[in-house]
Amino acid sequence: MAQVKTELSSPPGTPGRRRRTRSLSGRDKIVLALMLGIPVLADLVFIWGPAAASVVLSFTRWTGIGGLHAQSCKPGVPSALQNGCWFGIQNYHQAVSVYPDFWPAVEHNAIWLLVFLLIATPLGMLFAVLIDSGMRGSRVYQSVLFLPVMLSLALIGIIWELVYSQNYGLINTVIGRNGNNNAIDWLGNPHLNLWAILVEASWRQAGYVMVLYLAGLKAVDPGLREAALVDGANQWQTFWRVVFPVMRPINIVVLVVTVIESLRAFDLVYVTSKGNPLPGLELLSVLVTQNIVGETQRIGFGSMLGVVLLLISIIPISIFLYQSFRREESSP
Amino acid sequence: VSMLLSDEAAAPPEARGRRAWQPVRPGRVAAQVFMIVATVLWLVPIVFALYVSLRPIADTNKDGYVSVARHLTLSNFADAWTQSNMLKFFVNSAIVTVPAVIITLFLASCVAYVVSRFSFKFNVALLIMFTAGNLLPPQVLITPLYRIYLDVPLPGFISDSGLLYNSYAGLILINVAFQLGFCVFVLSNYMKSIPAEIFEAAMVDGASLWARYWRLTLPLSRPALAALAVLLTTWIYNDFFWAITLIQSGDKRPITSALQNLQGQFVTNQNMIAAAALMAAVPTLIVYLLLQRHFVAGLTLGSTKG
Repeated sequence: MAQVKTELSSPPGTPGRRRRTRSLSGRDKIVLALMLGIPVLADLVFIWGPAAASVVLSFTRWTGIGGLHAQSCKPGVPSALQNGCWFGIQNYHQAVSVYPDFWPAVEHNAIWLLVFLLIATPLGMLFAVLIDSGMRGSRVYQSVLFLPVMLSLALIGIIWELVYSQNYGLINTVIGRNGNNNAIDWLGNPHLNLWAILVEASWRQAGYVMVLYLAGLKAVDPGLREAALVDGANQWQTFWRVVFPVMRPINIVVLVVTVIESLRAFDLVYVTSKGNPLPGLELLSVLVTQNIVGETQRIGFGSMLGVVLLLISIIPISIFLYQSFRREESSP
Repeated sequence: VSMLLSDEAAAPPEARGRRAWQPVRPGRVAAQVFMIVATVLWLVPIVFALYVSLRPIADTNKDGYVSVARHLTLSNFADAWTQSNMLKFFVNSAIVTVPAVIITLFLASCVAYVVSRFSFKFNVALLIMFTAGNLLPPQVLITPLYRIYLDVPLPGFISDSGLLYNSYAGLILINVAFQLGFCVFVLSNYMKSIPAEIFEAAMVDGASLWARYWRLTLPLSRPALAALAVLLTTWIYNDFFWAITLIQSGDKRPITSALQNLQGQFVTNQNMIAAAALMAAVPTLIVYLLLQRHFVAGLTLGSTKG
């Protein structure tokens, strides 16, 4: 993307290519304002407004019923009597100190990210490199490995339940562990279920990464590779020292996608646990939902968990924005 | 950007001629073995689900799921279809997906057109706002959004719940707003590649701003719009999170989120669950078979989407 952009922006010395509004008629100005105004309003009302509201609400204690007010919550008063009050950083404090699900969720999100970074992404890259080398059958391989990317995560969760099921599942039957006494509960056992779900998630993610890298590899100038090979580099050296560095923009996109997907991880776990909390599968995204839906809404606490996600996601988002827009900023 | 969209980019590697970069023989054998194993492993869950869905429950109760089939039947599909009112869920999906895709593309192309043709000071800030908004995890927004949806009344002819919550309009709106950022990002990059001379000529001819957008920019952006339409259709159809959190009644949910309820309804019959799940996959499989090229083009065009 980055290379494309330099080529597209008008060369220096030819100013005035892109118009300013001076030359527009009154009617054109109204049209312009609407074309810009409506989408911007939609983005502000539905995305940035709620994001900002999450930050504010994360400092309150609120069940969502009754109004919010600016008074501080009084310590020592039963929580039922304290609704809609200013709670300071108490939500954050409670999360890290007494809320039992918080640290497991952070740990599971971190494991999710590590598995994506260390297994799914390299696997996807390997698929892409092999397919791009023009091996026989590459078209079939590409189609099959890409198939899971098209499927919804809800659906993936359901079809993998058949594979993992305790009594009749594919794995337990094949390894002879489907008896009543020694059956392995892949999705219920808190020591196993996260890893079982990560297999499902990686099954999809690797295909996604593969497609991104295939595009990246196609954009690499074949002359570079040939030059490296002529100079005596072997395949391994050529890839890591020449091709991989040239794919920097795609590498960053893949990195950003990997981190964001790990933070968003939700659907697979929600489907597998049927929407209920399931030990071993706590994730920040799931905890957010548990605190807002259901009988006892904890709007302040749920918002606080959302803000934790927001703070982490600012890192990959900034990296992506920096790589995408720094050229435009510097150009006049 | 336009280069990635062309047919050449989507063609299989073989079509671009043999590279000098061929692995040596033992390596090539190892690569083939690796890819064959991976491909088979990748197919196992889908093929197993298909196999389960094609077998009568009487057989699988007796022999287990991992056994040679005595009978194959489509009755699980027929039963799942009739017993769960599945048509209704597919209709719900269409009610949400079709307007959401059209509105998203329309609004995003408006912003992209303005940003790519006029040099306002706030252009980059605007693009950053849209792009970053699309990258946020939805859970960052959901708590206030859920409250807002419960508090905003809608007239009865738009929403029978009388609220934004539990209404198709509400679900369409959040999908539009959330996908807008990605489409603005992709389309503005694409539209910048349209030569400025074309617009200058149109302006000399007296074409209005709207005409230059509707009659000039949109037709020239058709490849990008097609790729995005395929991508958005798949994503919005596959949406689970917004529908689960913002649609309360089970019978109003689109098929992807309704699968959860079907799973509960057929809990004793895995064969029917498998059949229902595979039927829910049919629209995306059609896209996969017929429009995969556009889908991949759309993904690689922006590559920002999580």
